[in-house]
Amino acid sequence: MANPKQSALVEEKFIGGHRACAGCGFPIFLKQVLGSTSDPIVVVSATGCLEVTSTIFPFSAWKTPFLHNAFENSAATCSGIEGAWQSLKKQGKYDKNVKFLALGGDGGTYDIGLQSLSGAMERRHDMMYVCYNNEAYMNTGVQRSGATQFGQHTTTSPAGKAVSGKTQGSKNLTEIMVAHDLPYVAQTTIGYWQDATKKFEKAWAITGPKFVNVYSPCVPGWGYHMSQTVKMSKMAVETNLWPLYEVENGVYTITFKNPVEKRKPVEEFLKLQVRFKHLMKGDDKSKAIIAQIQKTIDERYAHLELMEKATNPAAK
Amino acid sequence: MEKTIVARTGNEAMAEAMRQINPDVCAAYPITPATEIMQIFSSFVNDGLVNTNLITVESEHSAMSACVGSAAAGARTMTATSSQGLIYMHEILFIAASLRLPIVMADVNRAISGPINIHCDHSDTMAERDSGWIQIFSENSQEAYDNMIQAIRIAERKDVSLPAMVTTDGFIISHGMERLETYPDAEVKKFIGEYNPPYNVLNLEKPITVGSIVLTDYYLEHKKAQHEAMKNAKKAILDIGKEFGKVFGKEYGFFEEYKTSDADYVLVCLGSTAGTTKAAIEELRQEGIKCGLIKIRMFRPFPAEELAAALKKCKGIVVLDRSEAMNTQAGPVATEIKAALYDAGIAKPMHNYIYGLGGREIYIEDIKNVFRNISKDTKGSNEVKYLGLKEA
Repeated sequence: MANPKQSALVEEKFIGGHRACAGCGFPIFLKQVLGSTSDPIVVVSATGCLEVTSTIFPFSAWKTPFLHNAFENSAATCSGIEGAWQSLKKQGKYDKNVKFLALGGDGGTYDIGLQSLSGAMERRHDMMYVCYNNEAYMNTGVQRSGATQFGQHTTTSPAGKAVSGKTQGSKNLTEIMVAHDLPYVAQTTIGYWQDATKKFEKAWAITGPKFVNVYSPCVPGWGYHMSQTVKMSKMAVETNLWPLYEVENGVYTITFKNPVEKRKPVEEFLKLQVRFKHLMKGDDKSKAIIAQIQKTIDERYAHLELMEKATNPAAK
Repeated sequence: MEKTIVARTGNEAMAEAMRQINPDVCAAYPITPATEIMQIFSSFVNDGLVNTNLITVESEHSAMSACVGSAAAGARTMTATSSQGLIYMHEILFIAASLRLPIVMADVNRAISGPINIHCDHSDTMAERDSGWIQIFSENSQEAYDNMIQAIRIAERKDVSLPAMVTTDGFIISHGMERLETYPDAEVKKFIGEYNPPYNVLNLEKPITVGSIVLTDYYLEHKKAQHEAMKNAKKAILDIGKEFGKVFGKEYGFFEEYKTSDADYVLVCLGSTAGTTKAAIEELRQEGIKCGLIKIRMFRPFPAEELAAALKKCKGIVVLDRSEAMNTQAGPVATEIKAALYDAGIAKPMHNYIYGLGGREIYIEDIKNVFRNISKDTKGSNEVKYLGLKEA
């Protein structure tokens, strides 16, 4: 497992000079995922912040092959590259060992790209898909997505006088990917460096389709100071809003044990961010919304505990 | 060269061409009436007759997306589709062209919904005429087969490097059994040559970034480069059509002229209707009407100057459009012809008919009538008429 110091020694595939916001989460997880294998990686990205800030022509922050096609087809495009690689290798026209990484934000993954992702995973391509989830369409200016939390303010689910933020909860995409019977599915976040790199290393070592959902805080979209990105990431884990776990061939392991009696109340996470500011008035309506978020968090964590118990009784 | 004479449908002919081309990757999704091409090709794959990795994607959007990935990874890449499938690819067709990826696609022409219909018209290909793909139409199975082989060379030529679609008329050609001359595998292999990709994201020694965001400072230059490549495609199509003639015995150009040298009236159309028109011309010439045909093969790039020159001598023109542009002015083919004639300073009577939409039959008598109509008209008409419409 690579600690930050060791990761820093791996030749960088994604370098400085990109135009992501100060404090952005994605350059951190890129360092983690790209530094977790010494093999060459071909990267495909969906349209989104990551792509537009790192490839402004004639510049590029990529020192490894990189392809962007469109918004909803990162997985399908990557499956085409992997398919070409398989064909050329089989025919003896190419002999290099390469790994394939498809990237998308929660917009490109939970919503518009879900079909493309599902198809590529079902076809068992040898590739890893990493979703960097910041719970809204940040690149177009913070609109709601399938990953947006219940009650969260976005520009298309605004905190209004009559309606207080998003009126639906977040889609549990990681579990949808588990239902694809993949050899490896995991949730991690940028703030737990070793958890992230351990999972990426494990995933890279597996042949076949892999999916990792990375919780990636967004400074302008969430409304917090740029120095607080790692704290936001950690608070999401400590409140169980983003449990850290992995599923290897159907076997669940919670990698950050945080039972309900130990976890922090979600309000401690919400109150740090402008996107939930409207819920901090102390009125009954706001309290009910926070209670609903808390209920979903606890139910999902209880489900994870059950799944771990059922599939992995030896887990500690 | 020893040719094999067989009876084949258009779909079988296109699948046979694909077997001989033996692409590295095919990514496709079934749709009537193109499904059969990939079904037949799937058997070639599973019987070990080709080296192709067949990626059976979950949609046409993903088919074209995977084709883009594959072609960018230095693999010779093909696909097949029709109608809704083609227009579902719409977004990625533009990207494939702008990334200069020489993907070759069989497109079996079928009407676009709605109303839903599975039969032939050209509305699918015409909806993608501005996508930056080379578009080649075929009159019959033989041309479909020949065009597929040539399209590989045209698309992959260094100064072109653009994707190309080869079309057939749905059911009329795709499912119609015809005489087909096929060429030996080795000769086809030799003609298309080894694939030399324009760039390669699997090249680890020279990692490149493909699909960058290109803003106000370079987008215009990017498009101009594509424009120039399309110009080069014109020359490539002629060169390769000639070379094909030398090797396989049938030369191809931008369009085919049939009895135009002394024709007073010339009809312009695409695809299988050209065959019906040739029969009508034979009969009408018996009646003393000197008529001829121009069958456009290459619709993108459009051979404007050459068509204007070919139409210069006649007294009147009929343009048959098997799709609607819904501009109330002219169908897609007539729009192009009018522009070509304007640029050449030619003004003469023209009739434009929309016909055959959704697979509506066109008969020799229909074609004879449109020739008779233009022969009686000295002024022409700006009205777009529907041919073969049921009386109310």
